[in-house]
Amino acid sequence: MALMSYAAAAADALALAMDADARVVALGEDLGRGGIFGQYRGLQARFGPRRVIDTPISEATIVGAAVGMALTGLKPVVEMRVMDFALCAMDEIVNQAAKNRFMFGGQGRVPAVIRMPIGIWSASAAQHSQSLESWFVHVPGLVVIAPGTPQDNHALLRAAIDCGDPVAYLEHKELWSMEGEVDARAAGEIGRARTVRAGRDLTLVSWSQAVQHCTAAADALAAQGIDAEVIDLRTLWPWDREAVLASAARTGHVLVVHEAVQVAGFGAEIAATLAEHSGARVARLGAPRVPVGYAPVLEAQARLSVPRIVERARALLERR
Amino acid sequence: MSEPDLPVPTLLDLYRTMWRIRAFEDAAETASQGGVAAFGQAAAAQAAVRGPLHLSTGQEAVAAGVCAHLRRDDCLTSTHRGHGHTLAKGADPERMLHELFGKASGYCGGRGGSMHIADFSVGMLGANGVVAAGIPIAVGAAQSLQLQGIDAIAVSFFGDGAINRGPFAEGLNWAATFGLPVLFVCEDNQWSATTRTGTLSAGEGAAARARAHGVPARVVNGNDVEAVYGATRDLVAEVRAGAGPRLLHARTYRFKGHVSVDPAAYRDPAELQAALADDPLRRTHDRLLARGATAAMLAAAEHEARAEIKRALASAAAAPWPDAQAAFEQVQDQGAGTWR
Repeated sequence: MALMSYAAAAADALALAMDADARVVALGEDLGRGGIFGQYRGLQARFGPRRVIDTPISEATIVGAAVGMALTGLKPVVEMRVMDFALCAMDEIVNQAAKNRFMFGGQGRVPAVIRMPIGIWSASAAQHSQSLESWFVHVPGLVVIAPGTPQDNHALLRAAIDCGDPVAYLEHKELWSMEGEVDARAAGEIGRARTVRAGRDLTLVSWSQAVQHCTAAADALAAQGIDAEVIDLRTLWPWDREAVLASAARTGHVLVVHEAVQVAGFGAEIAATLAEHSGARVARLGAPRVPVGYAPVLEAQARLSVPRIVERARALLERR
Repeated sequence: MSEPDLPVPTLLDLYRTMWRIRAFEDAAETASQGGVAAFGQAAAAQAAVRGPLHLSTGQEAVAAGVCAHLRRDDCLTSTHRGHGHTLAKGADPERMLHELFGKASGYCGGRGGSMHIADFSVGMLGANGVVAAGIPIAVGAAQSLQLQGIDAIAVSFFGDGAINRGPFAEGLNWAATFGLPVLFVCEDNQWSATTRTGTLSAGEGAAARARAHGVPARVVNGNDVEAVYGATRDLVAEVRAGAGPRLLHARTYRFKGHVSVDPAAYRDPAELQAALADDPLRRTHDRLLARGATAAMLAAAEHEARAEIKRALASAAAAPWPDAQAAFEQVQDQGAGTWR
């Protein structure tokens, strides 16, 4: 075990993967300087510019080249800088990486990890703040992972590199400095949720940074006599339906909380699943359907907050 | 630029390849009539080849002349109009036709069809339904070969319409920056779907754009298989020698419409007549005759190609469909194909 930041955990995991397998390469903008968040710090010095590749600002070719690399025997880890820029590579992600294996009848595989940092990052406004995970969950062929702790960023990045499928790997921009104990040998399991705390009255389901808000909200609810369970999904495709349904069966009430826009967010899929397969009462809390604004008061309208989660949880429990 | 004459056996090999492509395209075209609702035609359920079918009829000299210089381990990416490239790279026309018919025994098990024809076993990494999308994939394959120290190259075919998409500019810059072993081939048939490319393309075209990115380029008559062969021989030799990327701009013409049911009524009949009079197969035929090949040898090339495709058509028609379960397979390992 070692104390690591979320960014350092990712760098350590990638270094271990590159040590273990010469086929693993990383490519993206400014990786030689450690990446803009330090999540590649030290890697180019250690593995050289041929394996930690600084690329032009050419998102379509960053991902397209990764597809070509993957088809010819490499395991590329791709950096999109922020998820908003991955939109410049949507053809390469959705039409090329995700569909290659199927449409060519299994002749090739695309074991590429596409890292796209998500989330509101103070004062970064409408084009550097988005959480579009539901777009990628919607695409057959992709795996979607959104780690919420340094331990999970370590273990799940290694699992993503090893899983053999193209992965949308979503790190949260306000988690980079989060510190935690990391067991570098712990294996990450794609599709397995983590119960952050157990509770009897209500289940809060979330992922990524929103888990921290949920944990704080659970403390606030406890002070009001409400015992909330908190589940960190960690991976969104595949997602741990069984864990959510089992918790719903115990508590009878589920609030799904995510930073993404609530309308057609992944919370809608979870709520629909619960409606079809459980008797639980369900509610969602996401962002209003507005772009993220720059001024603090505007940005705050798109942010999750503990009072909002508490309010929505109480409303769910009081609903008849 | 004049090229020295090719010996008859080499030119005859190219002629045979061109005939195999022509015979394949003719058969696919016939089998596709009624296969897609477009250009005023209704879809007929009985068409054996369904959906959009983009034919390279008239463009055979480009595929044959370029691929003659490629090894099995060289990588190739192609376009929605990719049957000729796939055949010339060494794929089996029978398995290709099975794929066009949607049969389980096709290259993609019936999952891909014409637009996703591929034979990875001969380095043909796929046709593509998206214009210019094969370019970054070939660039990445070239970088991968370079990183792994593999002595092979990557080639990307794309059309004249593709030079107006971003991945073309990105791919040229990337390949030149990293000095990658990749040959870009602009197969210029003068038409972007149903619009004349020249009306919507500024500047001097693919070669000029390549040179602006520091990528040396050659322009050839794409209907002259000897010219294509000669230019590609030089360019591939440079790429193999580690000189970095090169671009070949081959000017040719699309005899057919954008898709097989498109009568291409939007173009001047005189333009088509002029192109048909410059048929690359006829050109090669006449040149071979003039150099001493016999009429019987040339007739045999056509006959053998047509007979091969006729056999492939029969076996494709008789082959079984995929199981419905195949729709759920080869999607992904984690959270594999499912309702939920």
